[in-house]
Amino acid sequence: MSTLEIKNLQVSVAVEGGFTEILKGVDLTIRSGETHAIMGPNGSGKSTLAYSVAGHPKYTVTGGSVTLDGVDVLAMTVDERARAGLFLAMQYPVEVPGVSVTNFLRTAVTAVRGEAPKVRTWVGEVREAMKALNMDAAFAERNVNEGFSGGEKKRHEILQLELLKPKIAILDETDSGLDVDALRIVSEGVNRVKENSDLGIMLITHYTRILRYIKPDFVHVFAQGRIVEEGGPELADKLEENGYAEYVTA
Amino acid sequence: MSTLTTNYLTPTGREEAWRFTPLHRLGGLLDFDVAVIEGQSLAPTNSLPAGVTFSAIAADGFESEYQPSDAAVIRGREVVSQISLLKVGKEIEVSDPIFLQRQGGENSPSFSRLVISLEPHSRATVVIENQGSVTLGEEIEIRLSAGSNLTFISLQEWERDAIHMAGHHAIIGKDAALTSFEISVGGSLVRLLPTVEYSGPGSSAQLNGLYFATNGQHLENRIHVDHNVPLAKSRVNYKGALAGENARSVWIGDVYIRAAAEGTDTYELNRNLLLSDGARADSVPNLEIETGEIVGAGHASTTGRFDDEQLFYLQSRGVPADIARKLVIRGYFSEILNLIGIPSISERLMDRIDTELEKVGE
Ligand SMILES: Nc1ncnc2c1ncn2[C@@H]1O[C@H](COP(=O)(O)OP(=O)(O)O)[C@@H](O)[C@H]1O
Ligand SMILES: [Mg+2]
Repeated sequence: MSTLEIKNLQVSVAVEGGFTEILKGVDLTIRSGETHAIMGPNGSGKSTLAYSVAGHPKYTVTGGSVTLDGVDVLAMTVDERARAGLFLAMQYPVEVPGVSVTNFLRTAVTAVRGEAPKVRTWVGEVREAMKALNMDAAFAERNVNEGFSGGEKKRHEILQLELLKPKIAILDETDSGLDVDALRIVSEGVNRVKENSDLGIMLITHYTRILRYIKPDFVHVFAQGRIVEEGGPELADKLEENGYAEYVTA
Repeated sequence: MSTLTTNYLTPTGREEAWRFTPLHRLGGLLDFDVAVIEGQSLAPTNSLPAGVTFSAIAADGFESEYQPSDAAVIRGREVVSQISLLKVGKEIEVSDPIFLQRQGGENSPSFSRLVISLEPHSRATVVIENQGSVTLGEEIEIRLSAGSNLTFISLQEWERDAIHMAGHHAIIGKDAALTSFEISVGGSLVRLLPTVEYSGPGSSAQLNGLYFATNGQHLENRIHVDHNVPLAKSRVNYKGALAGENARSVWIGDVYIRAAAEGTDTYELNRNLLLSDGARADSVPNLEIETGEIVGAGHASTTGRFDDEQLFYLQSRGVPADIARKLVIRGYFSEILNLIGIPSISERLMDRIDTELEKVGE
């Protein structure tokens, strides 16, 4: 049982001539086994929240706290956060030229598990996980995210989720750029991990369609750098109908 | 021991060819008041296959097939009396690489000459392994007869105090092909002149290079491709990375397409990765074209900084920053190293690059 606790989180980014505040006090608690949908319009600060929890150097935390099972996450380096059990599936995964998927996955799993996986079981483990995500075996020899289609990038993120087995996963617009088949495959991957490991999920999305596949326990509406409304799955239906207009003040 | 009466070759630093080179760091190689010796320490490390010979021949009476213009090469010709000759006989195809090892350790500035000669329709891979501490002026003349195919790999894995100035000149015959790798991961000052000319149509050169300069190192590559015949091809691809205070690289890529060289197809590329602020990479591609009747001619040069987004991505997967950095740099160089096609060498070079990178922080 793990708990990610975000309290009154305030985050700024450097802009020309100073800082601009993007997150204006975010409170959110995610426990193992819970799925929280974070829904909000473009530019409301959803990715900023995701990156800040992961520790991206571009974002400066100016107030509040983030803890995982009571331990200060903000004091950890980016890699320490991952090894502590946090995972971020990125909206725009980064290309790493010349580094093969196999090499990358093995290096990451070795770091997170604290020891290199046994060669014999490892090969099978990767193959199985890739098969489940409908990924061709040849994919493993390609360079990380280099020339991947939008769908391949997202599958690759979920492949890592399956292999790294985090406690809490933040999925930032994993649904964007996916066709219906890919969305189903990726969603099934997320659900599988959740079943097997009691994963806690922060599911960031702009649209409701992924919620047909990944059922949220809680829905939080995000606008202008903070959570403006919270509820159960029914809140997503309301958003589907009315959009975000009522939350966005000009 | 040689005494020279002329010093007209001694560069002043005003010459185009020397304007990037720190002349006070040449270890006396071009100082005509400094006594120099003949160095003959290249030797095959394994027994040579049938049809391949390695021998010493007298420089006196040996006819070079080109006129050198570089001061270090010219001085070498005045100093060296014995030339090493590696010869691959007609139609001999050697699959295993031929390793020629040079062990440093000579205190005096020394000069050496090697000729690699591939007879018609032969094929070989030659690896020059340079290790240790030297002050060396070197000439390698590569003669590729019709239809021959050479992969030439020169590894500069010198100790950090080595000084190495070299001319590696290839003359590529009809339908012959050269693939070269100039790899510099050691030395204090390394200045290489990989130069190419052609002696028949259908010939091609693929010139690859890699350099990794750290604190205070000067690694220079001056490529010169002379498209002097019709229907020849050249590709140049050099990749460098620099880290630490006063790490320095120079890359010059001169390609000339003469009026006679119709049907030329050439492209050259140099990329540099700056890992710290105190490092500097100069990159000067230069294309001169005397005929419009060509297949293609182009060049590109990029110098970029380390991509922090890549580092973040790897770290967000639990990989510690130092390992992530190494992985990114390995990835960057892998394009060239994988082309070498000798895994033990690629691995060794990667390890050396890792080690040099670790030392930068100290
Ligand atoms: N590095 C940055 N520099 C300047 N502004 C930024 C930066 N990152 C995000 N922003 C701004 O912060 C706001 C929130 O962006 P983001 O977190 O990406 O929103 P979302 O993911 O909800 O679309 C936007 O107005 C965006 O322009
Ligand atoms: Mg976003």
